[in-house]
Amino acid sequence: MLIDWFTLGAQALNFLVLVWLLKRFLYRPILDAVDAREKRIASELADAAAKQVEAGKERDAFNRKNEEFDRQRADLFRKATEEVKGERQRLLDAARKEADVLAAKRQEALKNATENLTQELRRRTQDEIFAIARKTLSDLAGASLEERLIETFTRRLRDLDAKTKSEVSLALKSTQGSAVFSSAFDLSEEQRAALQQALNVAFSDAIPIRFETVPKLIAGVEFSTNGRKFVWSISDYLSSMEAGVGEWLKEAAENRSIPNAP
Amino acid sequence: MHLSPDEVLFWHHGFLKLNATIVFTWVLMFALTVGSWLVTRRLSMGLERSRWQNVLEMVVTGIEKQIEDVGLKRPRAYIGFLGTLFLFVASASLSAVLPGFEPPTASLSTTAALALCVFAAVPLFGIEEQGLGGYLRSYAEPTVLMLPFNIISELSRTLALAVRLFGNMMSGGMILGILLTITPFLFPIVMTALGLLTGMVQAYIFTILAAVYIAAAVRNAPRKPAEAASPT
Repeated sequence: MLIDWFTLGAQALNFLVLVWLLKRFLYRPILDAVDAREKRIASELADAAAKQVEAGKERDAFNRKNEEFDRQRADLFRKATEEVKGERQRLLDAARKEADVLAAKRQEALKNATENLTQELRRRTQDEIFAIARKTLSDLAGASLEERLIETFTRRLRDLDAKTKSEVSLALKSTQGSAVFSSAFDLSEEQRAALQQALNVAFSDAIPIRFETVPKLIAGVEFSTNGRKFVWSISDYLSSMEAGVGEWLKEAAENRSIPNAP
Repeated sequence: MHLSPDEVLFWHHGFLKLNATIVFTWVLMFALTVGSWLVTRRLSMGLERSRWQNVLEMVVTGIEKQIEDVGLKRPRAYIGFLGTLFLFVASASLSAVLPGFEPPTASLSTTAALALCVFAAVPLFGIEEQGLGGYLRSYAEPTVLMLPFNIISELSRTLALAVRLFGNMMSGGMILGILLTITPFLFPIVMTALGLLTGMVQAYIFTILAAVYIAAAVRNAPRKPAEAASPT
């Protein structure tokens, strides 16, 4: 007999027990572990996919922001460049205007200085000439310059041509007031008398004279009546010298201002 | 020389007996259970795992895949029965190389018991899946005339399953014994190696056949294609 029925029953029971044991100790734990791992991997993959999507969104947002930023920067740069250009032009114009004003001021100041210098030179030249002439006349002739002036004036009065004399006489007669004799210095009584005498002789009449002292004349005398005037003064000589010196100063001022021109 | 380990008796008392088949089955059960317990008591749920856990995972998932390939949609429901069938037969075949170890599957009682378990499991799984009425109706398909033939086919294939496994297991041991008496050296080693291979193939065929029978029972379809699929 090949089949032992007790063994058959026992083996069937053994097999069922083994099924239970292996289910308990092998299949369930192993399959649970596999499931847990698969679940974990699936969740990690889903997580990774979600993160990828999120990263993609963030990348897009970043790119958009970057482009926006670039555009804004370019706009700002262009605007700033234009503003700077405008500001530069404005500053240049202002500087040019200021330079022009400054140059004009300098020209004015130079002109004033030249005029002052001319005035001063003229005055001092006249003073010096007056002093030199007086000294010279006093040293040579032993008379003061005033005396020489009076003498010269009287001599010139004597030397007047007849036509002039008659015109002056006419003028003296039509004069309502007295004639005026101006000098830069105070005349002594003798000089006044000598002058009166000379005038009386020259015009053959007693002429009423009023003497005035005008320092402006410096070294000179002036006789005026009803629009007619006789003058002798160092001013005549000085005028030509003043013209020469003025010309020279003008040239000097121009030469100096050329290098500084804006 | 004995044909079956049933004949090796260690203890008996009347109807009760303790033969080599039962004892070596217990040894195999103990080895399988303790081995599984040792590996699965500290299972890793993460990505890092021990090599033994890896081996068991490969075995279990491999069996699950095979069951699914046969056509069973819920392999987890059947892996306990079919997987144990495979592991028990395979481990019994492999243990034949151990000196003094008699594989329990070399006993017709064991193979008959396994075939009987399959014989009982097929309708049970069928009823579980389709309900009692649905399962019984499948015997009268395609016509009521086929009812006796279906019943005969059910019985005969269970017997064939038992005899097939017994024949292969017993023949391996028998050929080994005969060859040992004729050519004591070399040739038995080759035959043992071949026996390991045929043992694994038998384990696989036995399990796949059981799976096919169960698949045929749980599937609300004609049984003929499943029958035709069984190897001879």
